Amino acid sequence: MTTPRDFETLVLPHLQAAFNFARWLVHDHQVAEDVVQDAFLRAYRYFDSLRGDDARPWLLAIVRNNCYTWLEEQRTEPGRVELDDDLIDKLPAHEHGQETDPGIALERERTRKLVDHALRALAPPFREVVVLRELEGLSYAEIAHVAAIPIGTVMSRLSRARAELKTTLAALRGRN
Amino acid sequence: MIDDDDHELSGLIRTHATRHRASPALDAAIRTEIALQSAASRKRTRSPEWHWPAWGFAGVGFAFGVLLTVLVVLLSGQAVETDKLAAELVNSHVRALMVSHLTDVASSNRHTVKPWFQGKLDFSPAVQDLAEQGFILVGGRLDYVSGRPVAALVYRRHDHLINVFIWPGSGNEGQQASTRQGFNLLHWHVDGMQYWAVSDAHAEDLAALGKLLH
Repeated sequence: MTTPRDFETLVLPHLQAAFNFARWLVHDHQVAEDVVQDAFLRAYRYFDSLRGDDARPWLLAIVRNNCYTWLEEQRTEPGRVELDDDLIDKLPAHEHGQETDPGIALERERTRKLVDHALRALAPPFREVVVLRELEGLSYAEIAHVAAIPIGTVMSRLSRARAELKTTLAALRGRN
Repeated sequence: MIDDDDHELSGLIRTHATRHRASPALDAAIRTEIALQSAASRKRTRSPEWHWPAWGFAGVGFAFGVLLTVLVVLLSGQAVETDKLAAELVNSHVRALMVSHLTDVASSNRHTVKPWFQGKLDFSPAVQDLAEQGFILVGGRLDYVSGRPVAALVYRRHDHLINVFIWPGSGNEGQQASTRQGFNLLHWHVDGMQYWAVSDAHAEDLAALGKLLH
């Protein structure tokens, strides 16, 4: 028998992980909130199906399902941002040799935008393994559980995602 | 391992990629939903827990359920520290304002608000129109306090919102005022119901409302 108490201690603490993951998949704050709220309600309803005490991969799998359902409802190539020049121009320019305002904060902000941009450019199946691995620190086995794919596929997707990220980052840096 | 090649890239992502934060409002909304769901499912599973022959005694079972609920509330009411309850009520008040989920039924007409609670609660809260006395009825809401569903009536006094929580319980008829986290609370009993008013309105205003709801 499930009690709210168990759910509260096992599942609710993973709200931040759930939201970050959803937000990275759907690219929209409001949609991410809706998707996560619905995921928690589903999780509550199917709490019995949780085996063991590690609710995080189990919850993230539900979040992921919801995200993909939403993505599939969107007609045009969902969640994929093309590397158009408009977007790149919005990155703060890096002015070599001038160093007018070499604020560390500014440099960090610039790097953040670069990295975010490169991550956004990945297709969802590749983006999700990177977010789960690097931002949420999940093991390969846990990622396999969340994405419902074999561990070997997790590793090959990670490897391909990293190659793409490197290419994108190099391209973005080259243009600035 | 594959990772070994990519310390630099991993570090870059871990350090610099945005970690999107869920808002406190989302957290509160989810907790409220779960509490309401849990209240609803408890209601549904109540009868079978007592091993009554399922349908033949449904009516008796229901009456028994209501009676037991009242008994449990009466007994546990003595055990539960008032302080803990006060904190829960203040949280409920704040949460209702925060997630913009103040009312389930928004109406200044008591003849709309009172029937709305029917079938949602195992008691019928008294709903009064006190506009002439300066307390505008904003609406009603189902809330979850102290392990049970309760009625929450929302009144407005000038710019201050007042949550009045009502559920069965007996005790002292006199008003007991307290404050918590800057909010005023007022507690009293009438006709087998306990009332808790929570607001940032003046204590005197709460006392006036308390008298009117007697």
